[in-house]
Amino acid sequence: MITRRAFMKNGVAAFTVSFAAPAFLSDLARAQSSGRNLVVLDLSGGNDGLSMLVPYTDSFYYSRRPTLAIPAGSALQIGSDSNGKPLGLHPKLTGLRDIFNQGRLALIQRVGYENSSRSHFFGTDIWSTANPSNSTGTGWVGRYLATLAPPLDPLAAWNTTGDTPHALLYPSVAVASIPSVSAYAFNSPNSGNEAIVERSAAVSIASHVPVDKPHVAFVAATAQSAMATLDTVASVGGYKPTVTYPNNGFGQALQAIAGAMTQGLGTKVFWVQTGGFDTHAAQDTTADNGAYVKLMVTLNDGLGAFYNDLKNHGLLNDTLLLSFSEFGRRVTENGSKGTDHGAASVMLAMGGGVRGGIFGTAASLSPDAQNPTLENGGNDIHYETDFRSVYARVIDGWLGGDSTAVLGGSFKNGPSFV
Amino acid sequence: MAGGDPLIEHLLRRAGFGARPDELATYGALSYAAAVDRLLNFEDVPDTVDAKIGTPGYVQTTSHGGPFSPNTVADDARQRWLFRMVHTDRPLQEKMALFWHNYFATGHSKLAGAVKAQNATRLMAAKPSEDSAHQQGQIELFRASGLGSFRDLLVAVAKDPAMLIWLDGDTNTKAKPQENFGRELMELFSRGVGYYTEDDVYAAARVFTGWNLARNGAAADDPTTPFAFTYNANQHETSAKTFSFPVYANGSHTIPARSASAGMQDGLDLIDALSTHPETARRLSTKLFQFFVSETVDPAPGLIDDLAATYLSSGTSIKAVLQRLFTSPQMRDPSIFFTRYSWPVEFVVRALKESGWSGYSAASALTPLVSMGQQLFEPPNVAGWVLGKSWFSTGAMIARMNFASALALNQKFNIAAGVKGAPGAKATPSGVVDYLLSRLTADVSGGEYGDLVTYASATAGAWTGSDAQLQTKGPGLVHLILGLPEYQFV
Repeated sequence: MITRRAFMKNGVAAFTVSFAAPAFLSDLARAQSSGRNLVVLDLSGGNDGLSMLVPYTDSFYYSRRPTLAIPAGSALQIGSDSNGKPLGLHPKLTGLRDIFNQGRLALIQRVGYENSSRSHFFGTDIWSTANPSNSTGTGWVGRYLATLAPPLDPLAAWNTTGDTPHALLYPSVAVASIPSVSAYAFNSPNSGNEAIVERSAAVSIASHVPVDKPHVAFVAATAQSAMATLDTVASVGGYKPTVTYPNNGFGQALQAIAGAMTQGLGTKVFWVQTGGFDTHAAQDTTADNGAYVKLMVTLNDGLGAFYNDLKNHGLLNDTLLLSFSEFGRRVTENGSKGTDHGAASVMLAMGGGVRGGIFGTAASLSPDAQNPTLENGGNDIHYETDFRSVYARVIDGWLGGDSTAVLGGSFKNGPSFV
Repeated sequence: MAGGDPLIEHLLRRAGFGARPDELATYGALSYAAAVDRLLNFEDVPDTVDAKIGTPGYVQTTSHGGPFSPNTVADDARQRWLFRMVHTDRPLQEKMALFWHNYFATGHSKLAGAVKAQNATRLMAAKPSEDSAHQQGQIELFRASGLGSFRDLLVAVAKDPAMLIWLDGDTNTKAKPQENFGRELMELFSRGVGYYTEDDVYAAARVFTGWNLARNGAAADDPTTPFAFTYNANQHETSAKTFSFPVYANGSHTIPARSASAGMQDGLDLIDALSTHPETARRLSTKLFQFFVSETVDPAPGLIDDLAATYLSSGTSIKAVLQRLFTSPQMRDPSIFFTRYSWPVEFVVRALKESGWSGYSAASALTPLVSMGQQLFEPPNVAGWVLGKSWFSTGAMIARMNFASALALNQKFNIAAGVKGAPGAKATPSGVVDYLLSRLTADVSGGEYGDLVTYASATAGAWTGSDAQLQTKGPGLVHLILGLPEYQFV
């Protein structure tokens, strides 16, 4: 028999394991029942912020990106940053432009951290743990969920991807990963009563969590969570959205999230991902079938449907969507008409409680090694806003949590988009 | 099929994909050392597996429209690989091909975007003897060279057409050095994060300028022109390249300026340096330990040092490292049995080998594997799949259980016949459970055993061992056993 401490340390996601609740949790319990939720959107691969939010009057943008720059005339104008530098959205982001004009989309520029990792994997780990100096620990969302009053519902975190994202990992927090609502069901080689008997046997089997074998206990706890969430998830299967979502993985994942929200399941955090942002070659930001154009269409159409669906259900005010990517890309395009791994990039925040607008200032793209808005010899965009201050704003200002406890330090002076 | 020597079964789960009944007989007759030798020296075992495809008695394949085309159709290539994993007599060859597929993780979809799906499949999976242009797919490279010198493998991968497209080496030119391959060569393929700088990335990009694809003016997706590596001298950047670490034995950090015609040596010098760096030796040894021994138990003291020393003294021989690893005391320690999280492909193949395959098509496993998180030829990114616990989300666990359900249903009559054929097994519900647990290898706990017997005993009337009961409880039990937490480990 090992101690509970060692049990937790070994990473067992048994939601039946309880933990001592700190005193401040009474406030958080109220937050948990408030109905507010957070949708985290992972734009995986390293999003090229300069193609999403275009500095269309910066002459260096055009000289350094002869084939990738978006013409000034086609960028969707949305105003200027606080320095008066005009900025425009990618021409395919018309839905997001409309949401921006309704004051419900915030664009936070140049978000990152010191000594930005150019590795996909370390970059993702750093954004996931909110810890640039040690990115192997627990995830920031998992740590937030762990501060909620127990018992934590097994659907407190609803992940739409197949494997559990690092940001959600925390020993006592179970995460339901539901890539497909319809496939999230118990099948049996038999039917009728026999299948029912078999299902209860499976439930009983999953209930044995051997504490002397942490690895087996982890899988058993996962199976236990799966069995415990089957019926609730199935209730979302019949969801009829008020709008038509795009028939792609991203659109369908957002539809499932909206379905879960309308069922009032009490899920606090949803996770959704769309990939393909690692555009080293043939990035093509303008042609209809261009790689980056397709990324923007997927993003715009998915988020647009989601926004309108939630609005029709009156759920917009309960929802905050926050996007991130593991890094931005280099300013100068490469010889393959693509862009290589860079540093800071742009984040999106969307929802009924969002104070819309352009936050932070755009970089000057002058290829000067001394240019303070760039780094790495003028090659990459230097961060202006620490990504943890964005997280802190979400935790404190939206979720009613304690960002200092979750992030392991005070990052409270971030942009005030909520 | 289990019921044999636990150590040999363990060896075959790790160095292979579990044991078919005939493998258990073959390897069970050998000493452990001889079994290791047979696995490692697989070139001595006839390679007859592909000739069995489409013949009775083996896993079936199903092609969608047209003949089975594993060299040009991705789903058919996936089926062929699964077939090989089940039926090969050279299990370590396929196991190492899978290891390298994850290590040098290359994705079919990006290749398909560049050269169309049919060529992408050729570049991933074509068997040279079956391809009109004798194209060698990347997986075939791993099958051919997976146990040789790692230095040679790195050179071959640097020149591999699939890799040249995947990490954009094809567009690495003098005027615009392309960083993608150079970065991953250092980060993922050799020394690892923390052992290179951004300046090293720039230098490595320049080193490989001119390492391109020869297309002789043909369109990128033209299938009639072979995809071959070429050193394009007039696209090589000839100036010196300086690294933060020594490149040469004399301690020099600088690859000297060379003429364009001699410039290909830059890349070979860098690969020599990276492949023989002590950190590469340790990193690769650790990955092999985690793959073959355990990812939940630490290496025995000194083991990684010992493997790294073997790697360096043997001229980066993978076979020498595996020989050392497989014969290490820790590999044979019963406490590490069933302590590595199985990859979805391993889970599926072992389930087939242990449950039965007659009448099962490999095509039936393709969609379930996607749901479990492992589609062959489509790793999530160049770092490969996230291993260990990350395979086990709730959705992935349900996908495993549902694959097990479908397989058990498919094998319903075979399973019932197996129970009937085992002396005394059908007499009691616990006899059926015991028989199936002798076939399906898992470290079952007492509580779970009780649950299985309770399930088998829950019949409408009395237990008679009738065909109907066996055809109900047999598949039900196989489903439950394959879905046990313990069964998810190898």
